[in-house]
Amino acid sequence: MATSSERSPPPFPDSEDQDALDSEEVRGRESDEDDGEELFLSATNTPMAKEESPSAPAGLLVDLLSDPLIEPLSSSMNKPSSELFEGLTNDTAVTAGKPSVEASDEFVDILGSEAAAQREEVDVTVEAAAGDKGETSRGATDLLADGETRSAPEQEATSAAPVMDLGGLQQPPASAKVTDPLEDLLSDPPATAASDAHKPSGAVVDLFDDEGSDIFTGAPSSKPAKQPQKSLFGEADEDLFGEPLGAVSKKATSKEQKEKSAPASAGEPAHIFTEEAVGTVPNARPVSSKTNGIPPEEDSDIFAEATVELSLDSPRSERRKEATTKPPASASTSVSAAASLTKPQSAAVEELEEEEEEELEDKFDIYVSVKDPEKIGDGMNAYMAYKVSTQTSLPMFRSKTFTVRRRFSDFLGLYEKLSEKHGPNGLIVPPPPEKNLLGMTKMKVGKEDSSSADFLERRRGALERYLQRVVTHPMLLQDPDVREFLEKEELPRAVSTQALSGAGFLKMLTKATDAVSKMTIKMNESDVWFEEKLQEVESADQQFRKLHALVESLVVHRKELSLNTASFAKSAAMLGSAEDNTALSRALSQLAEVEDKMEQLHQDQAANDTFSFAEMIADFIRLLGAVRGTFDQRMKAWQRWQDAQAMLQKKRELEAKLLWANKPDKLQLAKEEIAEWEAKVTQYERDFERVSATVRKEVVRFEKEKTKNFKRQIIVYLESLLQSQQQLIKYWEAFLPEAKAIA
Amino acid sequence: MTSIDESDKEKLRSVSVDLNNDTALLIDIPDALCERDKVKFTVHTKTTLTSFQKPDFSVPRQHEDFIWLHDALVETEDYAGLIIPPAPPKPDFESPRDKMHKLGEGESTMTKEEYTKMKQELEAEYLAVFKKTVQVHEVFLQRLSSHPVLSKDRNFQIFLEYDQDLSVRRKNAKEMFGGFFKNMVKSADEVLISGIKEVDDFFEQEKTFLLDYYSKIKDSTAKAEKMTRSHKNIADDYIHISATLNSLCAEDSTPNKKNLEKLSDLFERLRKVEGRVASDQELKLTELLRYYMRDIQAAKDLLYRRARALVDYENSNKALDKARLKSKDIPQAEEHQRQCLQKFDKLSESAKKELTSFKGRRVVAFRKNLIEMAELEIKHAKNNVALLQGCVDLLKNN
Repeated sequence: MATSSERSPPPFPDSEDQDALDSEEVRGRESDEDDGEELFLSATNTPMAKEESPSAPAGLLVDLLSDPLIEPLSSSMNKPSSELFEGLTNDTAVTAGKPSVEASDEFVDILGSEAAAQREEVDVTVEAAAGDKGETSRGATDLLADGETRSAPEQEATSAAPVMDLGGLQQPPASAKVTDPLEDLLSDPPATAASDAHKPSGAVVDLFDDEGSDIFTGAPSSKPAKQPQKSLFGEADEDLFGEPLGAVSKKATSKEQKEKSAPASAGEPAHIFTEEAVGTVPNARPVSSKTNGIPPEEDSDIFAEATVELSLDSPRSERRKEATTKPPASASTSVSAAASLTKPQSAAVEELEEEEEEELEDKFDIYVSVKDPEKIGDGMNAYMAYKVSTQTSLPMFRSKTFTVRRRFSDFLGLYEKLSEKHGPNGLIVPPPPEKNLLGMTKMKVGKEDSSSADFLERRRGALERYLQRVVTHPMLLQDPDVREFLEKEELPRAVSTQALSGAGFLKMLTKATDAVSKMTIKMNESDVWFEEKLQEVESADQQFRKLHALVESLVVHRKELSLNTASFAKSAAMLGSAEDNTALSRALSQLAEVEDKMEQLHQDQAANDTFSFAEMIADFIRLLGAVRGTFDQRMKAWQRWQDAQAMLQKKRELEAKLLWANKPDKLQLAKEEIAEWEAKVTQYERDFERVSATVRKEVVRFEKEKTKNFKRQIIVYLESLLQSQQQLIKYWEAFLPEAKAIA
Repeated sequence: MTSIDESDKEKLRSVSVDLNNDTALLIDIPDALCERDKVKFTVHTKTTLTSFQKPDFSVPRQHEDFIWLHDALVETEDYAGLIIPPAPPKPDFESPRDKMHKLGEGESTMTKEEYTKMKQELEAEYLAVFKKTVQVHEVFLQRLSSHPVLSKDRNFQIFLEYDQDLSVRRKNAKEMFGGFFKNMVKSADEVLISGIKEVDDFFEQEKTFLLDYYSKIKDSTAKAEKMTRSHKNIADDYIHISATLNSLCAEDSTPNKKNLEKLSDLFERLRKVEGRVASDQELKLTELLRYYMRDIQAAKDLLYRRARALVDYENSNKALDKARLKSKDIPQAEEHQRQCLQKFDKLSESAKKELTSFKGRRVVAFRKNLIEMAELEIKHAKNNVALLQGCVDLLKNN
């Protein structure tokens, strides 16, 4: 356990003196902040504080500790909490063997944000725990969870929230692996958990005693100490689960089923919750409810985050990500017995979740703007850099507004990363604008004409909308690469996006093979919904392309009109100067002026046609391409599954042959292989179903977004038209008296 | 086969030359029939003049008959001092026909609805060209009828009254060539006599003005035509956009369907307005400019005739001097000189009157058309605003 910490102020001598009530009180008054930290340090090192009073009754213990603690906690709940966490996270980070500044910073952020977001949910859990257990046992649980929660019973739920989080956090360092404690917790037989939970507080004291001594002696954890603690935790967990499940009208079966599923795999709870958070819940999922997952979710999230932060792009973090997003097959199989029971319920839950998500989506308060394209460098090495400014109140970011400089290839690089990570799972990753060699070369050569300005503005707008789409996607926003892109000062150069590089060539090759394999795959679609959607998407794609061409031609014609109007204006002015009737001459030059203004109006309108209408359609075309991409991913998953099935079939045939040939030695191997492939088939089938579900959800989301976007953009466009027409009225109305004045 | 009726035509009266509607002789073309390239106009006359047999009569006339009448007037020596109203241009149905043909070729690339709309649009365009044709012919006759001298022309009266086919002979190749040659000579002559010293400041000014004005108005006409065509292109784009939106909407099953539907509807309405803007601009502006371009050409012709007479007079002066020098044929030369002077003086006098009235006519016509165009532009723009506002409100409230 937290034996020592390099970064925290040396608590050891202090805490050794802490035996007396007085000393604690003094410390409490000294300074709130220090205290917070101390508290946490003492939390991690719980036993140190209690070392002196091993035989004291629990009540006394609670009193002793809660007295000084409540004061600083309640008085400085808002502020020092971050320090509290810092202290804690430092410790955890240290114990995890990763003493990195970044990691701990990240922790603070995450904790801050999540604690705020889930405060009320934690509330529920605490109350649930309270309802199920006696006062003492609750106190015991809390005590065990972390030494600091003694104040929980007396304090408000809000103050308990971070405390619970801490509990979640506290746990992992106990063992090297992040998920291990959870596994242990959940795999504990509930019976023992219950009995342990109702143990008198005396036992708790004992526990403390044990633990304390253990820690002091330097052992990371001891069996007797850990056992009850774990079971207690398990109990708490169970209650938490049970409560919300009841809320979504689940029966007792779900509880049982949970117990079954829980021991099944270590990753299970972790990914259930991650999935919930992002809302890609496959049907096979046995449990789903927002509240139940809070502490574990934090666990996994935080740690996943931490690892990613520490070792960026390392294969390990990748694997971890995958692991957390994929429900292991074993879990699903173990549940399959109960699956029939839960099916309708899970559907209902899914719906509920969908609703929740919708609300969540709307709540995303983040706005990204791309501004000030700036040419950097000269000649063919020149590139454009854009200012990417983010405005957000989301607590996951370090500040409310921040700006970074990004070049175009960075945007592409971000897309590459995202589509690599999330594409295979069936997410619609918003695509950035395409590379445009011609436009870029023109820009590089340094021609400053209207077409290059046009090009830049188009691209800038497209990039902005692209980023905005990324950050409004609930899952992509959570991606560390996205946040890095928005926040980090310097990014490693994205090389693979260069069209003429080796990577670019490789990409082209993969695309080509993909296209070929897509043609060869003959999927007999079992789901009518997908069949219809695909058709719909494809025809929409075609129509949008046509529409785009039409709007482009409208732009061309509008520009032509603008030019022709300009030349007519000039000509009319000349005619006016030639006219010998003064009034008519005046009117003609007025007409020329009106037409001049008209020219500007048409030109502006052409720009509006381009930026508000044509670009919106171009966006849709790109997005529809991405949607089709997800359908392809689904098809690939299906293909993998089919291939595995074919393989399994082959193995079975082989087995039959061997059986017939009576070769028992090889038979064993064949049987193993069959088992292996059976597992694969099941897994691939699950994968396929998961991808299908994700795609389905994503498509629904896409359509909703599309509708929203379309409407918004169209209104902007129509308003621009409206304005230009109003302007036109003004111009002609001003001209009318001039015409009437001709005598 | 197309025909138009009266009420339709009234609305479309475009090139409004201010015709002092003398009730003594009222001419209109209430009906016209289009058969292939030939357009048969029904020329209707209402008169109180006793020189006509009946007070009210109609005769069928073709475009060639109008040309014949025009040529006959131009060739009449007595009218040399007048601005002969420009002959109506030959009916040109080529462009809408071409477009129709192209549309038929591109039918497969369009949806049925789109095709129908495009066809409708072309039919409307065709009809507009047709109406315009009828109108310029009508205007030609009205100009004649309102002219104090020309209205009494014998050929004109025959043109109006003779109830059989005039069946004017088409010009044969030789005559065509002759006409071409005459034009050449005339232009060369124009260059030759342009160096002549003008005796009257009024005509000197008028000449420079008309030359300058002609080149300017020619340019403006071309530019205005281009501008109008661009407007039409935009209206056409709207049709396609609307149709595509419509087919998008047909396949959409999401809530976006409603938005698409509204937008498609809006574009359909917008294109109608845009089409009107284009055709009104054509009618009020381009046609006006085009007509006056031709009218100025006619005025220039008048100036040419006068200059020719001036040259003739000076030549006769020279001839007289020569004759006096030689003391030979003096009375003939004197007579010739006197005649030339008389002709020139008469020509100058009537030309002055004609040019002055032309100026007044031009200003009035410009005024009328510009006012009408501005009013129409405002009207259409207001229409557009109402449509757009309505659509935006609908979208916002949904």
